[in-house]
Amino acid sequence: MTVMNFVYGFIILLAAFIFQTTITGFNRKVTARIQKRYGPRWYQQFLDIFKALRKSSITHGWIFDFGVIMALGGIMATVIFIPVAGFEAFPNMDNVYIISYLLAIGMLGMAMSAAGSGNPWASIGVSRALTNMLAYDIPLMIVIFTLIFAFDTASVSEIAAMQQGMGILGWNAIRMPLGGIVAFIALFGMLGKKPFDSFIAPAEIASGPMVEYGGKHLGFMFILHELMTFIEVSLILNLFFGGGSSILVYAIKYAILYTLVNIISQVMPRYKIDQAVKFFYRVPLVFAIIQGLVVIFLGWGVSVWF
Amino acid sequence: MVLENQDNRNLWEKIGDYFSANSIWMKWYCTGCGAIELPPTMTSRFDMERLGMGPMATPRQADVMLITGYLSTKTLRRVIYSYEQMQDPKYIVAFGSCTINGGVYYDSYATINQLDKYIPVDLYIAGCMPRPEAVMNAFADLISMIKKGQANGWRHYQENYEWYKKNQLDSLEEVIIHDEFHE
Repeated sequence: MTVMNFVYGFIILLAAFIFQTTITGFNRKVTARIQKRYGPRWYQQFLDIFKALRKSSITHGWIFDFGVIMALGGIMATVIFIPVAGFEAFPNMDNVYIISYLLAIGMLGMAMSAAGSGNPWASIGVSRALTNMLAYDIPLMIVIFTLIFAFDTASVSEIAAMQQGMGILGWNAIRMPLGGIVAFIALFGMLGKKPFDSFIAPAEIASGPMVEYGGKHLGFMFILHELMTFIEVSLILNLFFGGGSSILVYAIKYAILYTLVNIISQVMPRYKIDQAVKFFYRVPLVFAIIQGLVVIFLGWGVSVWF
Repeated sequence: MVLENQDNRNLWEKIGDYFSANSIWMKWYCTGCGAIELPPTMTSRFDMERLGMGPMATPRQADVMLITGYLSTKTLRRVIYSYEQMQDPKYIVAFGSCTINGGVYYDSYATINQLDKYIPVDLYIAGCMPRPEAVMNAFADLISMIKKGQANGWRHYQENYEWYKKNQLDSLEEVIIHDEFHE
């Protein structure tokens, strides 16, 4: 581990922020066109973030401030372990377990900070967010463990590399179609897109965990949200949609995957949180278990195209 | 309301005002009739997101508060609470003649007549009620005012806090709200 590793980590962090914020701005325009509006400028998301950082801010106590820093730190630490098109800041450390544990620091930091604000809406939002996490995580983890079992490795970049060279037929989403469906549905839950956005719900619980954030705290939360989106989409892209052989291919596939999720979510209504949990435990969990059994006992999809 | 014409902001504040002008999150205080003019302003016919504006859920997140019509003395307390929760820099746009001089409620015992005695209003929109075209025009004006550094109502409120507080107490007797949410 040399200084260059940390420089690469910083480059990934900066590139992830700029890339994802641009994609978000582009998707705000896509959303607007779906609703027959003209939409904001493509760089509107940057303006929003820098405006929020410019405003004054108040504290609701030590936990409130510390939680924001802890969440942002945990998410930033996760981003530098994400392999992007074979490029890794810290080689051989892009383990699925490392990423999922570090991601939990960010989630829990956010929960702690929101609960520290003392607002009841924030507590309701946090409890919904954690319930939602429990709902999508179990089917997704079963599918990821299936992948780890099938390929004998937990390294994200190795799983991504194994899918390349065969075109679209090499993707795990095609080789293991039920697992691909589970991962795609779980991505909606991870990103908090409709129909699984009951923990944000601006009109019902006043934007949930974000209710007491204003000014600089809100700016940090926006940055955190962009980085978290980058982690989640990258994870699904690397594990199920073949990653990318070059940075350009990776960026294009990433943009298509995220835009597709956004387009579908824009025409969805919103589940209540109990309905979301029921849905995840009824459909994707069954798919995930069937996929696991198929891979373990029949071996289909592991080397079926050869 | 005193408009300061000389521009003595430093470069850092000018950059900040550029961001503030191009990204305005609003909290609409919809107790008056003007609230019904805002859905067409937000949706596909007029589309205020072109200007970088959008609705936010709570006063803490918002930059601009829209007072959409008459205010009873009871709601004025809530408006003062909400306004003081907002983070600087913050702006107020008041809709319609009710906020300027009372409008059709000028002799009502339950409503206030002149809003800027109680909180600093940056921009009034005349009309009863202003149509979405007028609302969009006002937002364009607000953006140019912020860019030039003329929307200084929040600073005026800080500097003249005693004067505003005295007016609030004269009309309301007390600003503290007694209900199940505020105790």
